[in-house]
Amino acid sequence: MDCSLLRSLINRYCAGEENWVDSRTIYIGHREPPSGTDAYIPQRYPDNRIVSSKYTFWNFVPKNLFEQFRRIANFYFLIIFLVQLIIDTPTSPITSGLPLFFVITVTAVKQGYEDWLRHKADNAVNQCPVHIIQHGKVVRKQSRKLRVGDIVLVKEDETFPCDLIFLSSSREDGTCFVTTASLDGESSHKTYYAVQDTKAFRTEQEVDTINATIECEQPQSDLYKYVGRINIYQDRDEPTARPLGSENLLLRGATLKNTEHIFAVVIYTGMETKMALNYQSKSQKRSAVEKSMNTYLIVYLCILISKAMINTVMKYVWQSDPNRDEPFYNHKTDSERQRNTLLKVITDFLAFMVLFNYIIPVSMYVTVEMQKFLGSYFITWDDDMFDSELGEGALVNTSDLNEELGQIEYVFTDKTGTLTENNMEFIECCVDGHVYVPDAICNGQILTGTVGMDMIDSSPGAGGKEREELFFRALCLCHTVQVKEEESVDGIKKGLQPCGKSSSVYISSSPDEVALVEGMKRLGFTYLRLKDNHMEILNRDDDIERFELMEVLSFDSVRRRMSVIVKSSTGEYYLFCKGADSSIFPRVIKGKVDQVRARVEHNAVEGLRTLCVAYKTLAQDEYESVCKQINTAKLALHDRDKKLAEAFDVIERDLILLGATAVEDRLQDKAADTIESLHKAGMKVWVLTGDKMETAAATCYACKLFHRNTQILELTTKRTEEQSLHDVLFDLSKTVLRHCGSLTRDTVSGLSHDVPDYGLIIDGATLSSVMKPTEEGSSGNYKEIFLEICRNCSAVLCCRMAPLQKAQIVKMIKTSKEHPITLAIGDGANDVSMILEAHVGIGIMGKEGRQAARNSDYAIPKFKHLKKMLLVHGHYYYIRISELVQYFFYKNVCFIFPQFLYQFFCGFSQQPLYDTAYLTLYNISFTSLPILLYSLIEQHVNMDILKRDPSLYRDIAKNSLLRWRVFIYWTLLGVFDAVVFFFGAYFLFDNTTFTSNGQMFGNWTFGTLVFTVLVFTVTLKLALDTQYWTWINHFVIWGSLLFYIIFSLLWGGIIWPFLNYQRMYYVFMQMLSSGPAWLGIILLITISLIPDMLKKVICRQLWPTSAERIQNALKHSKRDNVSEFSPHSNLKTSKSKSSEHRNPQPTRSGRLSKKMMCTHWGGNDYCTFNSFFSFSDSPHNSSASYSDRGSGLETSV
Amino acid sequence: MGKEDPKVSKPDNTAFTQQRLPAWQPILSAGIVLPLFVVIGLTFIGIGIGLFITSSNVQEIEGPVFMYYGLTNYYQNYRKYGISRDDDQLFGNIDSLKSPANFCSPYQMGAKQMPIAPCGAIANSLFNDTFRLFYKVNEVYTEVLLDDNGISWWTDYNVKFRNPPEINGSLKNAFEGTVKPLNWPKPVYELSTNPNNNGFINQDFLVWMRIAALPNFRKLYRRISEGNWSRSLPAGNYSLEITYNYPVLSFQGKKKVVFSTVTWMGGKNSFLGIAYLVFGSLSIVMALIMLIVYAKYQVQIDRDM
Repeated sequence: MDCSLLRSLINRYCAGEENWVDSRTIYIGHREPPSGTDAYIPQRYPDNRIVSSKYTFWNFVPKNLFEQFRRIANFYFLIIFLVQLIIDTPTSPITSGLPLFFVITVTAVKQGYEDWLRHKADNAVNQCPVHIIQHGKVVRKQSRKLRVGDIVLVKEDETFPCDLIFLSSSREDGTCFVTTASLDGESSHKTYYAVQDTKAFRTEQEVDTINATIECEQPQSDLYKYVGRINIYQDRDEPTARPLGSENLLLRGATLKNTEHIFAVVIYTGMETKMALNYQSKSQKRSAVEKSMNTYLIVYLCILISKAMINTVMKYVWQSDPNRDEPFYNHKTDSERQRNTLLKVITDFLAFMVLFNYIIPVSMYVTVEMQKFLGSYFITWDDDMFDSELGEGALVNTSDLNEELGQIEYVFTDKTGTLTENNMEFIECCVDGHVYVPDAICNGQILTGTVGMDMIDSSPGAGGKEREELFFRALCLCHTVQVKEEESVDGIKKGLQPCGKSSSVYISSSPDEVALVEGMKRLGFTYLRLKDNHMEILNRDDDIERFELMEVLSFDSVRRRMSVIVKSSTGEYYLFCKGADSSIFPRVIKGKVDQVRARVEHNAVEGLRTLCVAYKTLAQDEYESVCKQINTAKLALHDRDKKLAEAFDVIERDLILLGATAVEDRLQDKAADTIESLHKAGMKVWVLTGDKMETAAATCYACKLFHRNTQILELTTKRTEEQSLHDVLFDLSKTVLRHCGSLTRDTVSGLSHDVPDYGLIIDGATLSSVMKPTEEGSSGNYKEIFLEICRNCSAVLCCRMAPLQKAQIVKMIKTSKEHPITLAIGDGANDVSMILEAHVGIGIMGKEGRQAARNSDYAIPKFKHLKKMLLVHGHYYYIRISELVQYFFYKNVCFIFPQFLYQFFCGFSQQPLYDTAYLTLYNISFTSLPILLYSLIEQHVNMDILKRDPSLYRDIAKNSLLRWRVFIYWTLLGVFDAVVFFFGAYFLFDNTTFTSNGQMFGNWTFGTLVFTVLVFTVTLKLALDTQYWTWINHFVIWGSLLFYIIFSLLWGGIIWPFLNYQRMYYVFMQMLSSGPAWLGIILLITISLIPDMLKKVICRQLWPTSAERIQNALKHSKRDNVSEFSPHSNLKTSKSKSSEHRNPQPTRSGRLSKKMMCTHWGGNDYCTFNSFFSFSDSPHNSSASYSDRGSGLETSV
Repeated sequence: MGKEDPKVSKPDNTAFTQQRLPAWQPILSAGIVLPLFVVIGLTFIGIGIGLFITSSNVQEIEGPVFMYYGLTNYYQNYRKYGISRDDDQLFGNIDSLKSPANFCSPYQMGAKQMPIAPCGAIANSLFNDTFRLFYKVNEVYTEVLLDDNGISWWTDYNVKFRNPPEINGSLKNAFEGTVKPLNWPKPVYELSTNPNNNGFINQDFLVWMRIAALPNFRKLYRRISEGNWSRSLPAGNYSLEITYNYPVLSFQGKKKVVFSTVTWMGGKNSFLGIAYLVFGSLSIVMALIMLIVYAKYQVQIDRDM
């Protein structure tokens, strides 16, 4: 018995796993409920302190050091340093300790500063005053002292201090407006609702009397999900239970707007708030360059170890003669003689390791990180990627992936909001087959584009009139649009003129809804407001109709529809439902389905977004049962979503079809041009969308993902219904592989347009059956065949995708056997999964909120900026960092290999060739800045040319500058140079003097001579590689050479009192006083540099890369004065082009073009779009023809 | 939507931030490199010929003659050997004189734990053969005067090495309390009778203390710059008297004595001249290869354009 008590005590106070309850109970105002309620386990909640900082004052040093030494490179250098400290090594511990100390200190200072800023921000937040209600009075308290269960008062424009349940508001209807701009970037005002039963408690005293408990789930990170229940005890024993949803939950970080004040109760505090839970760091992505860098590091580590082993073995072979081991002039101490042989071998091995450890330089990591960090600023600074409309430029969330932007092979893009603007415009609606075009009715004329459509009939019969008005009312009622408050309500009346700009503003999370409501206004039905739960509509006769809003069956992406239940003034209950055609048609039992379906399909083909509208009338009893169903579902604590969906499914049945709407989503500026450039750059572009196939395909044609000569392969449910998936897959792969040979040639040359290329369309259902593992184990086969087909298609369209499927596709491609580098770009919350999955995730700062941008690696304002991002920035970063990596290895081979060779001439005694100062400073200061600046500002080709000729991107595809061949070339070059340095100096010193006074030089002069040649050679090698000489390059290259000379003069010019040796005294100056030393230095530098120069020239002549071709062409044109190729003329043309693009043609004509090009789209699976090109050749002044011509210009080089 | 002041967040539009700094964009094309190689080749051949002739002239014994001793297979650059010295002691520091650095071990302390001055392996193994040169004229041997001045670096003699301050005008007293290195026959203050060449600033000692880079090396022993021999050594019969002290057989070493004149480019070393000649010619050859490549393929490239 004692035991069980103990156990329960333990369970209670230690947050063990058993104690983990999945819900929490909160007493509002800490008021205990009447006895007799369920016993509950008290939980301990954290206080409302936000801790975003990583360190405290006390744990900073140990924790930061631990974090830093967890990095393998730092750990390696620490080991080397410790070895130097412990055993007697040739170089002093300073040589590796100082750089390591420098690196660690700089990093620690940077991280410490960042953490200090975080501390400051935390303190500001934690100490900011909040108002809480205690004993019916308002008390000020520091934010961090808030406890779960406190009742707080929040005033207008204040930010919520923690997650709250909204109790009551100063507004009579118990609502408040909130902007969550700092949470998800959506600046629109959202409405939140107070709990029904508490909204009457409006003063401090009243609120303090609320006696209620809240049961809700433990905090979870999803911002938009919340389930809970409130039990209110009002003088009765039986509490009233009410459901709580996310509409009652006010999140920390959001700001109260348009509402004087509210009362709310604290439910999640501090680190348990949803905002804090969303701070979770993302998984680290590593770039391909970093991976190859690490591989090379391992190679160099092997080289290092083998060097040390060779020397150790040689040392003992050489020493086997006792006169060599211990000649008369160099006796050992007794302790040395007595030392264990094995210990001696190990010590010698470690000593050699230390001597050669500079081959893996600590500074490489620092330089690479600095390059990435500083380099990423060029993206944020870029004026071309600045969007004046948004007022923002590109954002860099991680700088680790800069160079990966130059390696992209697959681009996965979202459609809505990414390729298209997500700026919806109501185009037409169709009621029972009668088409209404707002403009046509408004202007009293029918537009040319609609001529010949037999379905057009703008004057339906009397029966139709009723249906028509019902349709319009349905659209006016079935939505979640709000009317923005600031606008005077009277002003809306004046907004009646259908085409005029109205003074009221509609706000909604879905742009489609706004477009629909605005479209209705143009057709004569104006939605006024929601007042006292009554929706008011101004109809065509200027009368106000009032409908009581009974229920909203809100939209979700699984159902793909939403409904409202309203009660008209005559007391009838209506259910209006609108949604995607696929989710409405199966539920319709009446209505002119065929006509509407035809129109919907027609519109979808034109790239319009279509919605179907249906309704049904409900009798009183029907309504009540519905109401009950919904409420029970809403009250459920667990699986509430599932139960709601089930209830909705039952309710939204047996509908009567009213009609359909069409909304246009305009293509983004230059989307087609961007896609074409990406294609030319050798990337495969996949469009992943949740839209239906016809709409998506039309968009793909419009943005040139598919061309006139693209053969479309379909892999859709429609086809798999006819044939088995197996047969379809094999058919397709046969079709594709027939042309496989020619296709590969095509991708290599990238020029020919004669070979048909393939476009694949696949839908979500088929995709999941392709990916689904089957029992026979043939799924792997399907996947392989599918991948094989995809590899041979230049463009793929995946429609009807669920968000998770998008990520699956990305993952499938990512893990296919070539391991291509993928990029995902999207703007909405549904793209986050694929953005996180792809190698590089790019978010578009779109209208659907900031989630994609927040979770991405890079965020850009518009899709068109992707072109510059990849073709220019990605290309530059890649060539820069690859040179940086190769050069770093090269210069350290040059540095250390002579030292290795020297061991053969000093009895393997670990004698360093260079002085300690040179060993230490070589990587830190003599050769560090030129390469850093090179890797920041090098441009091998002008950026306008990179943009104009996307095929240059293929030059660097597949990590071409970091292949083994290139790496081995650089390493061999380094070895060659090292041999030249060492043996050049050796023969110069061999048994003779080279001073005019006959005096001899010693070993330090020898080393200094080699080192001088080394520093000059590696710096000049970089100078030879530099193709973009700004004043900065001149400054750092000549500056660091000058610095080397000045340092050497100073280092040898003084007897340094703190050193216990003066071996460098006057060595450098004595060397410079000798003529042959100068001649030798010049000779050796030239010999080292010339082979590389020769190789470069010959390669450029015989096997030029496309970049080099362009450079040659530019030079020719400069010489011949042909202005066509000069960068300035190019600038001019691109400018004029972009200005034309900036003023897009009116959408009507643009739409017209799409209509013409797509009318032939229909039943056949393979269709070519001859009409499309005939159109673009026609003199129509449309945007489509413009971009085509524009790109035509671009390919002329 | 976000109607912030666009000027606030708009990035600076400078040439640097937009990566449009004015720049010189040289291209290493055959057109530039070809003439460069020819120029390098011709220059190097010119320098090479000059160097070669100068170097050959060294053989004719004209101008002041320098006398070197050479050792082979002798590892002065052995690390333990190389660090076995105390620069502070050699700088005349009294503390270091009395307690030499540990690097000097096992040549740190002598008998009775007395500090060795100069300590360390290098000093201990000072080369101690002596040479006398005689010129035979009319069957009479005349000793050629050998100058031991200026055989070491000026900075070594004047700055880097210093005797400890003399006590009562005597260098011997300054070294009171120290013992001579084991292998030395005489203590350091008796290296020479010339007070300016004695103790730590003895020039032979200085030359030895500058350790050689390679195991086969040569060190300057004397300059012949006095009397009749200051211009050159006239042709004739000479006799060299060697006092053999230094053992080399144990490590299969060899000793040699070299007489050489010195030009502006030092002693005889044909390496530099030959290297310049060879490399200059190679450059010309490479230029020719490039010319062929250029002529053959330029047409094709032009066609590609």
